[in-house]
Amino acid sequence: MEWFLRNKVWATTALLVLVAAYAFYFVNSNIAVSMFSYAWFLAVPLVLGAMVGVIGERSGVVNIGIEGQMLVGAFAAFFAAAATQSVIIGVIAGALSGIAMGAFLAFTTVKGQLDQIIAGVVINIVATGITSFYYESGKTIPRGLPNFDVPLLSKIPLIGPVFFSDGPIALFALVIALVLHVLLFKTRWGLRTRAVGEYPSAADTAGINVVGLRLFNVTVAGTLAGIAGTYLSMEATSTFERDMSAGRGFLALAILIFGAWRPMRALAAALFFGFMSASASQLQASNVVDIPQQFINLLPYVLTLVVLAAAAGRVRAPGAVGQPFVKGD
Amino acid sequence: MTDTQAEVHEAGRSRETLLEIEGLSKAFGTVRANEDISLRVDRGEIVALLGENGAGKSTLVKQIFGLMTPDAGTITIKGDSSRIKDPKDAIRRGIGMVHQHFQLVPVMTVAENMMLGHESTRSGMLDLDGARDMVRELSARHNLSVDPDAEVEDLPVGTQQRVEILKALSREVDLLILDEPTAVLTPQETDELLGVMKDLAAGGTSIVFITHKLREVLSVADRCYVLRQGKVVGGVDDLSSTTTSDLASMMVGREVVLRVDKAEATPGETVLSIKDLHVRDDRGLPAVDGFDLEVRAGEIVGVAGVEGNGQRELVESLAGMRPPVSGSVHLGSGADAVDITRSNARDTNNAGVGHIPEDREKHGLVGGYSIADNLVLNRFDEAPFAKGFIRDFGAVREYAEGLRTEFDIRSPNVEAPAASLSGGNKQKVVVAREMSARPRLLMAAQPTRGVDVGSIEFVHRRIVEARDAGAAVLLVSAELDEVLSLADRIAVIHGGKVVAEIAGKDADRTEIGRLMAGDSDSH
Amino acid sequence: MADPDRPPAKDTPPDAGGAPATAPAEAPAVPVVAERGAPPPPTGLLGFLVRHQAIVVPILAVVLAFAIGAILIRAQGFNPTYAYQRLFQRSFLTEGGLLATLQKTTPLILVGLAVAIPLKVGLFNIGGQGQLMAGGIGAAWIAHSLRDLPVPVLVIVSVIAGLLFGAMWASIAALLKTTRGVHEVISTIMLNSIAVGLIDWLINGGPLADTSQVFPTTHAVREDARLLPLGVLPWGLPVALILAVLVAWMLKRTTLGFELQTVGRNRFAAGYAGISTTKATIIAMATSGALAGLAGTLELLQIEPYRYQSGIAGSLGFDGITIALLARGNPLGTIPAAILVGAMRAGAPSLQFELGIRPEVVDVLLAITLLMVSLPVIAKWIFRRHTAKQTQLAGSWGA
Repeated sequence: MEWFLRNKVWATTALLVLVAAYAFYFVNSNIAVSMFSYAWFLAVPLVLGAMVGVIGERSGVVNIGIEGQMLVGAFAAFFAAAATQSVIIGVIAGALSGIAMGAFLAFTTVKGQLDQIIAGVVINIVATGITSFYYESGKTIPRGLPNFDVPLLSKIPLIGPVFFSDGPIALFALVIALVLHVLLFKTRWGLRTRAVGEYPSAADTAGINVVGLRLFNVTVAGTLAGIAGTYLSMEATSTFERDMSAGRGFLALAILIFGAWRPMRALAAALFFGFMSASASQLQASNVVDIPQQFINLLPYVLTLVVLAAAAGRVRAPGAVGQPFVKGD
Repeated sequence: MTDTQAEVHEAGRSRETLLEIEGLSKAFGTVRANEDISLRVDRGEIVALLGENGAGKSTLVKQIFGLMTPDAGTITIKGDSSRIKDPKDAIRRGIGMVHQHFQLVPVMTVAENMMLGHESTRSGMLDLDGARDMVRELSARHNLSVDPDAEVEDLPVGTQQRVEILKALSREVDLLILDEPTAVLTPQETDELLGVMKDLAAGGTSIVFITHKLREVLSVADRCYVLRQGKVVGGVDDLSSTTTSDLASMMVGREVVLRVDKAEATPGETVLSIKDLHVRDDRGLPAVDGFDLEVRAGEIVGVAGVEGNGQRELVESLAGMRPPVSGSVHLGSGADAVDITRSNARDTNNAGVGHIPEDREKHGLVGGYSIADNLVLNRFDEAPFAKGFIRDFGAVREYAEGLRTEFDIRSPNVEAPAASLSGGNKQKVVVAREMSARPRLLMAAQPTRGVDVGSIEFVHRRIVEARDAGAAVLLVSAELDEVLSLADRIAVIHGGKVVAEIAGKDADRTEIGRLMAGDSDSH
Repeated sequence: MADPDRPPAKDTPPDAGGAPATAPAEAPAVPVVAERGAPPPPTGLLGFLVRHQAIVVPILAVVLAFAIGAILIRAQGFNPTYAYQRLFQRSFLTEGGLLATLQKTTPLILVGLAVAIPLKVGLFNIGGQGQLMAGGIGAAWIAHSLRDLPVPVLVIVSVIAGLLFGAMWASIAALLKTTRGVHEVISTIMLNSIAVGLIDWLINGGPLADTSQVFPTTHAVREDARLLPLGVLPWGLPVALILAVLVAWMLKRTTLGFELQTVGRNRFAAGYAGISTTKATIIAMATSGALAGLAGTLELLQIEPYRYQSGIAGSLGFDGITIALLARGNPLGTIPAAILVGAMRAGAPSLQFELGIRPEVVDVLLAITLLMVSLPVIAKWIFRRHTAKQTQLAGSWGA
């Protein structure tokens, strides 16, 4: 109850959306399930990417390089799986490459005090360069990550088939948003992370190792980006294409801002993005309107600009985001 | 100092030595911030570190708290002289510090701030209830009331400081370091704080107390050390036989004039009239709330008040840097009056307003630019500094050289970057730029903050000269002593409006202090 | 993003806290120490290197990048020395190669400037790519729809169209920044993607498509309006060189340059001095967009097949970022940086034909170069504490 009072707007909106979704479901269950499934399918990498951003920015580090981290993750996962013909090794490679990319950002910005935005842009350019240099066509993996039904939960009408009958990474994305919310707002790690991102010198004087925590968080967050990439090349598809992250890392940043740097709101924002794209596709597929395909593809980018323009002045970034921490200064 | 206190002090000599510093040195590049400092603090005594800005006091205590590492020398705490690695280490050894700039996370609650760094958890989750109880318990024990669930950024400065003190006390503290704790407090709040300090010391906590306010030293400290240019230049073991002017001359190495010499003001016509001004702060809350004031030619009007009562927003609004919500500001009187309510900074300046901003590093100077470019910062595109849209570096340099000499800006040339100057010389650059245009109205916000004594005298003299030359001067300062010594008329600001206007010569410190605190909520 | 006036984090206390740089009252009139903590300037060779670090660091970065690239080429089973030799022989020592190098250099200087100018204002323009595309398509549209105009007029009008379209595209980001506080990095990235999609629609069966062709393209520019190279010299190169000099002059000598740099160095002080941050943002972005748009126009008018096709922009826009950072934001520095990148891009195909090395090796080389030049760690290695302070772009993220 207390929670509801504090989150009136959000809770009411969520409730209304849920009611509307079920109303839709009872009118036409097939289309509803397929649309929402598609929306979630599109949202998964955005959720994971946004969580990378949440962890980084809550610790005070901007991550413009999520895009590149995802791309490298997709690449590493696919080619490791193709080389070893093992799906498991592919997933592990994807996650590990994410750690490596995360560590790169962490050490250059937190230790080396490289400008965080430049570091991110460097990651993106390097990722494009490396993945296209080592790219080989004609490779295949044994199979993508399989979908499965979560016992009981998958039986819930609408929610079950949409959220609980997918592949492991999709389920992971759902769980990680929830877990991160709890970690961030209810645990010691979360309190310290937020302090480090808001006012690092306060954290420092309280005896917290600001540099260490930032290094750890940004590095670990990279794993999620690697997994998001793995989703693209091994769960959503079973192939790797050049530039397959296709701007999702940047959309994730917009979602992070729209989601006010909070995991659950970012999850909702990612679903909103997915739903908008899914609706546009649905409208086109059912010949309701004749929109060129290119415009449908553009929708998320335009939406990002609109959403950011609207969010301005309503949300507040962590206080120290973007600023290197220099001890004792 | 009374006899009883002297006895307490004598008793203190036999007590345990809590902190001993020997031969401590710390340099930044070629600047020796601390040089061969030795001092001692016993259990349960209050030791004041006295010195002007830049004397090295903050650097010294930061080393005690593990925020900086000494270049040489030892710090011994309770017999342990191993290096203090970081604040965590310092806290573990029983040192607590209340920083000059509060080390509180603004968006977190009091309870969250209190537990930060030593959180207790229950099955992995933060024990916020426990933290709230701890706040209430501490707050009751030390008689410092705070609401554990309030967000820090919503609290007034004085309350934030209480949180800082409680935070320090929430650990086992043997030595409490207070870095300029009274800078942001009203006189009444200051007295309250001094009382708390005495209670703590009576309970066995040692206190190191940094200040440059002599009155406070005499009223609360057992002993004091005076720092100048990074060295301990003297210590007073018996404060009862010392006067403020003794301490002051030790601080600066010569006699200082605490009162500014000035003739009686001869106010002329009204230059600035502010009517019912309302201005919002960064967070959109009303900061200036129905402010009325007139300033006349040839007088200095001082705005006295505790920081955070709308002074910053008032000045920014008058200077054209923050559009007001409503109200009016006019320059000049009668038919010649110009409405500058919504003029931008440049137009306001052109209308005859000089503005020495509160935060010169942020608003007043471009650090990477040369002194010359900073001297023409708001006139760079006017003749003779530019011909059309092409800048004339020769004219800029020539003009700047003139001002460098006139305003005694200590730098070998005007091409040096402004960032390379000391605080006092930076301020002289700003003052030179703003005064050289012979403004009708000079606004000076905290004009001597962070400035050495020599520059303070210089700036004060210039302000008085501007008045004598017929300018209207609006002085906004958090240093009540500065307002008292400069102003011909004092307007006390509280809650964003003028609560009283007093003639400078009738001003009474205590009365102004009471007004600054606001009649309704004086603690 | 909420309040633009929020002060930066208080990591560094103002000197009221007793920063030791404050000169003592009675100090003689000695030069006061440079920034707190800075040791005296070194002398000798180190001194020379420190004074010229703006040049030394990029050169070192390039050398290091080529060394690392050599290892990668070796790992692929090729002889790196031979590869580099061929690459530069191709790019500089053959007539066709030199023309190709200079043709690549021309737009690269312009997109490099398009990143360098906003850097001076504290903005990071990632949108060179989209602005280049917008300029190119605008020029293609005008060049075709007004093709009956006399040739000199047609060329001039097309160029103006390219400038305007590029400027307009960049201004969207500038306006989003000034009115809504949307960070330019995200908005320009989004505008890049939007430009790709919109143009794909325009030339792929849309209103600007030349449907007689099998691949998506606009109509070709009239034959006599094409800017054919004068020997190995493309038309656009002198224009780009002059513009680079002009930009450098503008920044250094004019009042506008002073305004832009003041905003970049301290936007609060700029506001205090009556310099409009909004104006500076819009001017810097629009100028950059126009320069990138000109690059796109030149790609259309001086490169075969004189049509706007989907691949026309290549990775020019992103190379512009590498170039600007390699040049450390110095407009004149973009010239050598662009020649280097242009030579590598021009020589890349020959690596494939002659040696079988994938041309993407150039992407890797450039990526590593960018990596090396942007790592302050490298400069710190050599110069210890003498490194110059850089503009903090990320600092504006939350504001």
